[in-house]
Amino acid sequence: MPGILVVAEAAEGAVTPASFELIGAARKLSGEGAGPVAAFIAGSEAQAKELIAVGADSAYTSDAATQADILLPAVQAAVAQSGADIVLIAQSSLGRDLGPMLAFANNTGVAMDSTELKIEAGRLRATRSAYGGNARAEHTWKSPLQVVTVKAKSFDAPEADASRSGAVTAIAEKGESKITVLGTEKAVSTGIRIEDAAVVVSGGRGLGDESAFKALEELAGTLKVAAVGASRAACDLGWYPPSQQVGLTGKTVSPNLYIAIAISGASQHMAGMAGSKNIVSINKDADSNMVRVSKFAIIDDYKKVLPALIEEIKKLG
Amino acid sequence: MNIIVCVKQIPDPETPAASFKVDEAAKKVIPAQGIAPVVNPYDPQATEAALRLKDAAGGGKVTVISLGPDSARDAIKHALAMGADEGVLLNDPAFDDIDNFQTANALAAAIKKIGECDLVLMGRASADWDMGVVPLGVGQALGVPVVSVAKAIEKTANGVKVERVLDDGFQTVEAPLPAIVTVSNEFGEPRYPQLRQIMMAAKKTVQVWSAADLGLGADATGAANRVMPLEALYVPKVESNVEIIEGDSPEEKARNLAQKLRAAKLI
Repeated sequence: MPGILVVAEAAEGAVTPASFELIGAARKLSGEGAGPVAAFIAGSEAQAKELIAVGADSAYTSDAATQADILLPAVQAAVAQSGADIVLIAQSSLGRDLGPMLAFANNTGVAMDSTELKIEAGRLRATRSAYGGNARAEHTWKSPLQVVTVKAKSFDAPEADASRSGAVTAIAEKGESKITVLGTEKAVSTGIRIEDAAVVVSGGRGLGDESAFKALEELAGTLKVAAVGASRAACDLGWYPPSQQVGLTGKTVSPNLYIAIAISGASQHMAGMAGSKNIVSINKDADSNMVRVSKFAIIDDYKKVLPALIEEIKKLG
Repeated sequence: MNIIVCVKQIPDPETPAASFKVDEAAKKVIPAQGIAPVVNPYDPQATEAALRLKDAAGGGKVTVISLGPDSARDAIKHALAMGADEGVLLNDPAFDDIDNFQTANALAAAIKKIGECDLVLMGRASADWDMGVVPLGVGQALGVPVVSVAKAIEKTANGVKVERVLDDGFQTVEAPLPAIVTVSNEFGEPRYPQLRQIMMAAKKTVQVWSAADLGLGADATGAANRVMPLEALYVPKVESNVEIIEGDSPEEKARNLAQKLRAAKLI
């Protein structure tokens, strides 16, 4: 009997939201004929029961350390015991390593950061973004095992139902790592981290000169919860610090509001901000990619728009 | 210290979206006219890391491998101009359109063939497919540890000490050699080759190895033997729902935008 194994994760004692989203994805696939849903967690029996409450039919626990090479044999054992032919893993720091390791250990490949999953003729089909969001790719597998990592917020987490029950099995297998962890620290920063800002105001090469970032900073200051970002082109020109670069080789942000000023929207930049909930463009080119993906856009010279925008926002208070 | 760096040539990620086209039947990106392919942006950072480690060790060799078409020679040349010593191009029609499993096995075979190697460095992912899985596959094939997403690498008595970038912070780990480490953009700016170095790089050796040279049989290569068939590749249709803010002057447009943003509770 085929089935689905969800590799859940816990952070600071709590099952991660992404894990519940994976259960949501697994239930959808189960509904399309992929078989029952088992969950694996390197965590407690109570956490396993939480996973069952949101939709897993059974669960496996392990006390192995959450390091990909140590967890791999435990996950392999859960795959074998559950009979799963589909494994869903979150696109997390752990998943980025565990997904490929599990796939390659089973002589197959993995589709990373998948956004859509469906069952066709009993087999998985995964859709993912490629070329910085410019393209979509759809993959299938010839191997018995089909492994994917899933992009956060691609699926809804089901409501918990405390009346659901299922078997919880402890798994003893664990691997040995050649890698020694010397220390882990949380990211800290002064001011608003661009990754955490509710609003990001970003500028690109189209600003024309470095001094324009002063106006962007003033706009961000007016909005209070905003951070200032820049495209790679603007950073390469030395107009703004590389630490504030948004894009493929910079920061990935997903603010509630992203204000793109004089940014055309090459994939290098889109890759870092496509997850923004609402995009606003100020651009001279109505046909630019950034304007097309925006909710609101002003097609005009930002130099004339920005001072009036800052003034009006101050007036609105 | 002998280090192997794997680099990849990809379509320029700065290509304007309007110039990005896909041949849906062939499931391939159509090269944008007038925009040359580039070295994957994370790879010069891997090369930079290799050069610094070699200097710190006081000797050794940095070998650059790229799997790709003839033009991938340019990606190797870039690393050679930065200061790498030798290059190997893995070039064979049998490598066209292979998947990440096949690529990892081909790179692992090349690394074995090169032989003496303390450390393999790669970019954290290639910006075209953006998966970051090949380094893990090479590690699996070679049976060596893989440390991913490094922002700093230092040689120690026991191997290498690596500072990793996690989703919510940083982690410092130590791995024995040989090992594979993937390098992230947080590593810092790579050196930019000067004209003299570019000219010197032209004289450095680039060997070309085929699938047969790597001992890879017909069943290990070729798009038909992908373990993960690519079923479709297309440019998603973006439904543009943009509302262009009107006004008689730039200032009036700005005022209208501010009010719209407030009405939508976005500010």
